[in-house]
Amino acid sequence: MSLQPYASPIERIWFWVFRVFCGLILVFLMIPVLVIIPLSFSDSSFLTYPIQGFSLRWYEQIFSAGPWMDSLKNSLIVAPLATLLAMIFGTLAAVGLNRADFPGKGLILALLISPMVVPLVIVAVGMYFFFANLGLLNSYTGLVIAHAVLGVPFVVITVNATLQGFDYNQMRAGASLGASPLRVFFTVVLPQIIPGVASGGLFAFATSFDEVVVALFIASPTERTLPIQMFSGIRENISPAIAAMATILILMSVVLLLVMELLRRRSEKMRSHS
Amino acid sequence: MTSIAATQTAAGTQPVTGLKAQLRRAERLKKIKAMLLVAPLALFLIIAFVLPISSMLWRSIDNTEVSQVMPQTATLIQQWDGSGLPDEAVFAAFAAELRDSRSGGGLGRIGRRLNYEDPTFRSLLTRTLRGLPASTELSWTEELISIDPRWNDTATWQAIQRTAPLTTDRYLLASLDLERNAEGQIVKVAENQQLYIQVFKRTLIIAGGVTLICLFLGFPLAYLLATLPTSTSNLLLICVLLPFWTSLLVRTAAWIVLLQSGGLVNAGLMWTGLIDSPIQLVFNRIGVFFAMVHVLLPFMILPLYSVMKGVSPSYQRAAVSLGAHPFAAFWQVYVPQTLSGIAAGTILVFIMALGYYITPALVGGPSDQMVSYYVAYYTNTTNNWGMAAALGALLLIVTLLLYMVYHKLVNQKQLVRS
Amino acid sequence: MKLKNNTAKHLLTGGLLSAGLVLAGNAQALTVISFGGASGDAMQEAYYTPFAQKAGITLTPGDYNGEFARIRAMVETGNVSWDVVEVESPELARGCFEGLFEPIDWELLGIQDDLIPAAIHECGVGTFVWSTVLAYDADRLSRAPESWADFWNVEEFPGKRGLRRGAKYTLEFALMADGVAADDVYDVLATAEGVDRAFAKLDELQPHIQWWEAGAQPPQWLVAGDVVMSSAYNGRIAAAQEEGRNLEINWTGSLYDLDYWAIVQGSSHVETAYDFIRFSSQPDTQAQYSSRIPYGPVNPAAIAELSEKQAARMPTADANLEGAIAVNTDFWVDYGEELEQRFNAWASQ
Repeated sequence: MSLQPYASPIERIWFWVFRVFCGLILVFLMIPVLVIIPLSFSDSSFLTYPIQGFSLRWYEQIFSAGPWMDSLKNSLIVAPLATLLAMIFGTLAAVGLNRADFPGKGLILALLISPMVVPLVIVAVGMYFFFANLGLLNSYTGLVIAHAVLGVPFVVITVNATLQGFDYNQMRAGASLGASPLRVFFTVVLPQIIPGVASGGLFAFATSFDEVVVALFIASPTERTLPIQMFSGIRENISPAIAAMATILILMSVVLLLVMELLRRRSEKMRSHS
Repeated sequence: MTSIAATQTAAGTQPVTGLKAQLRRAERLKKIKAMLLVAPLALFLIIAFVLPISSMLWRSIDNTEVSQVMPQTATLIQQWDGSGLPDEAVFAAFAAELRDSRSGGGLGRIGRRLNYEDPTFRSLLTRTLRGLPASTELSWTEELISIDPRWNDTATWQAIQRTAPLTTDRYLLASLDLERNAEGQIVKVAENQQLYIQVFKRTLIIAGGVTLICLFLGFPLAYLLATLPTSTSNLLLICVLLPFWTSLLVRTAAWIVLLQSGGLVNAGLMWTGLIDSPIQLVFNRIGVFFAMVHVLLPFMILPLYSVMKGVSPSYQRAAVSLGAHPFAAFWQVYVPQTLSGIAAGTILVFIMALGYYITPALVGGPSDQMVSYYVAYYTNTTNNWGMAAALGALLLIVTLLLYMVYHKLVNQKQLVRS
Repeated sequence: MKLKNNTAKHLLTGGLLSAGLVLAGNAQALTVISFGGASGDAMQEAYYTPFAQKAGITLTPGDYNGEFARIRAMVETGNVSWDVVEVESPELARGCFEGLFEPIDWELLGIQDDLIPAAIHECGVGTFVWSTVLAYDADRLSRAPESWADFWNVEEFPGKRGLRRGAKYTLEFALMADGVAADDVYDVLATAEGVDRAFAKLDELQPHIQWWEAGAQPPQWLVAGDVVMSSAYNGRIAAAQEEGRNLEINWTGSLYDLDYWAIVQGSSHVETAYDFIRFSSQPDTQAQYSSRIPYGPVNPAAIAELSEKQAARMPTADANLEGAIAVNTDFWVDYGEELEQRFNAWASQ
């Protein structure tokens, strides 16, 4: 959209009002992300502006052995495993959904996506009691299963989207050349849908890495994940250590964003080739 | 396929049916293979997701506390006709089972259940248990009445009788501000105890408000992004995607910092002279709106953007060149083409907002909490699991209904921009 | 060659030993739950770290906001993941009666004679004395508020006030603000009229109240300027004072009580829990804790190790006890849940 040279004054005013409005929305979106970073370098133990002195003590605090590192470690155990589980289950299911029509397909698709829409607190309370009976409460296993459930819809959706452009004749060609179905999957299908699998995996990873409600219910202090530590930090010891961890998480989200962009480009390139 | 069939027809009828059968078999095999691929995930979700939620829903009618901790009493008292006092057998069973209830948290369970019938029941049980002798020379009827005269009241035993059946509708009724009166009719609860209708209304109002604000902010921004040259719009899109990828807790913490009395927003407003003293922006409804809109806005912008990307500007231009006012052209030609995006974004944001818990809990006050908060509250703070399940069930029904609408309207792809 | 062999042997046994220790350490993990915040930090330094080192075990700290229901749910579903938990006295009494805590074998513990009498309970061991006080930002008030009546006086002291989101330690203050003498508070609150009176008084202040749930919030809000006064745990305010913030405490009408260590029924580390409780009740560890946060030690011998300045900030200092009342445990055991329920319905309106 650009301003036409023959635009009337009203159109000109409207054009600029519109641009300023959009600019303000972008500021609104970005400001919380930006505002927290300087606070992590404050030397006071209260999260308030103006900052009185500069210090790296909060980074020292979160990077020294203690609850922050423990919770980071826990998240780094749970998130990759949950992601892996979600990727395996999700990719298989998406391939299956795309291969053929079968009765109840719409219903099954709705089921596979539903963890994304059911309010987290309901999932959390349900799993809390169910896992209690199975002895999965307060265990890494329970947490991994719970987070895999929450991550699965993303993998199904992204892989499903990637498969829309997939030509199944390639599989037939592979099979007619004597390759086993497994070999066809790994050498023909997977390389083409890998961007979708990976971006679904990133979503699943980010979900697990940011999930607090379910973890609050089903994890004990031993499996305390980073979001729980953040949550109780925001509620309890409101200290700039949170800002320091937040800054690191923001850096991580920049990395996620970049990887996502790379994957998107790759899958677009692939599609234009095929 | 038809051409194959056509060539085969010439060769005679027998091979055709054979081929048809073969094709059908191959098709069936393909279907089975496809289903087998989906099966692991479907099974996984049924076990780890559907079952837990269904068993939680069961708790909204579950009434087994008393019959599990005091099985004999529960059986016997259900035979009582409800007038006068139950007979000695009930008193004796009750005394014996009350004494054993202290182990394994049993006393807590029945105390809690009976307290819903009468809020002083727990202290009655506590007092009774303290005075309960190991054996009695009198009858247990007299013994209990001597410990507390309330055991002589018909109402006390009626309350216990009400807790004896295996299921109850009290939690579901209570979550609609209803209860059963002494005659068993459904009536509204006393005015100063009505709460949940208001909480549901509040939840809908907050979710609806957030959705409207998101649409109001998201539509123009998505429009701008969709109409700018790609290089510029990709740059601006980062401003949408970066917060989208940033931890919810990070953003919530940031809003607390921004909105508190000594925060940047208040400082800015005071500096411009709009206000003289800080106004309260956080731990109330305003804070909830700010933080929730911020978290959910990308979920509005992204589907809108992906739809708008596919709308050709030429229709709108044609309308203008045919003499339509640019605003009219925009409103009557452009907007209708984006309706699927609007529907997707609106329902998605509304569904997500309905279930919000963490953000209102951190930036809202007590009168800004939504249904999810009460589900968590009843689970973690008062152990009233029946109430938690009943409120959860209602919330789930609303969500699933909306989800069905959404599922009908929107292709799932639009949810995620990759 | 022989020597080399020996070295290898030593290395091997040493390695096995330390591996064994690590394994044993994992088996001997103790989970200790406190109220967190500044107090949790002080416990970490005074109790957790030294105890873990001394006993050669892993100690997992955690925190909660006193959600008693979590302990109940753990015991009832048989998923006990907390070993030692810090509880307030009404919850201790209630949980003890419901069979949620292991009864303390005081003979086995063997520290009965070292502690103040109030610290000794059937199911718990007192660990410190705290106080809920009226705290305010001295820079922003024209004069120092002297009572809870001043706290309710929004004309003379404009601005928001912080109060704990719950009936406990809120209704007492409301009654005192309404003119009930400190000593009569619980008698009045035990009557239906008294409860109505307390809620009516809260109604008056409601538009000016910002509710806090975690002990760290009042100092944070006072410093950030969200509230001008707040009820607060005295120890949290002291932590802010040390940072040079001009927060002050009015001790008149404050409520004091003990927090206790209790062992959750069904914990698989009862012996280690006893060791931990014994360790944290020593004069030197208690003094370590109290020098980091001004909560009164339960081991009187610890007071001698504190400086005069530190001792004067304790809730147990004579000057601070004047006009203060002890939390009535029995009252809250009997009426607690009923009042909390009513409070919740009232606050959500």
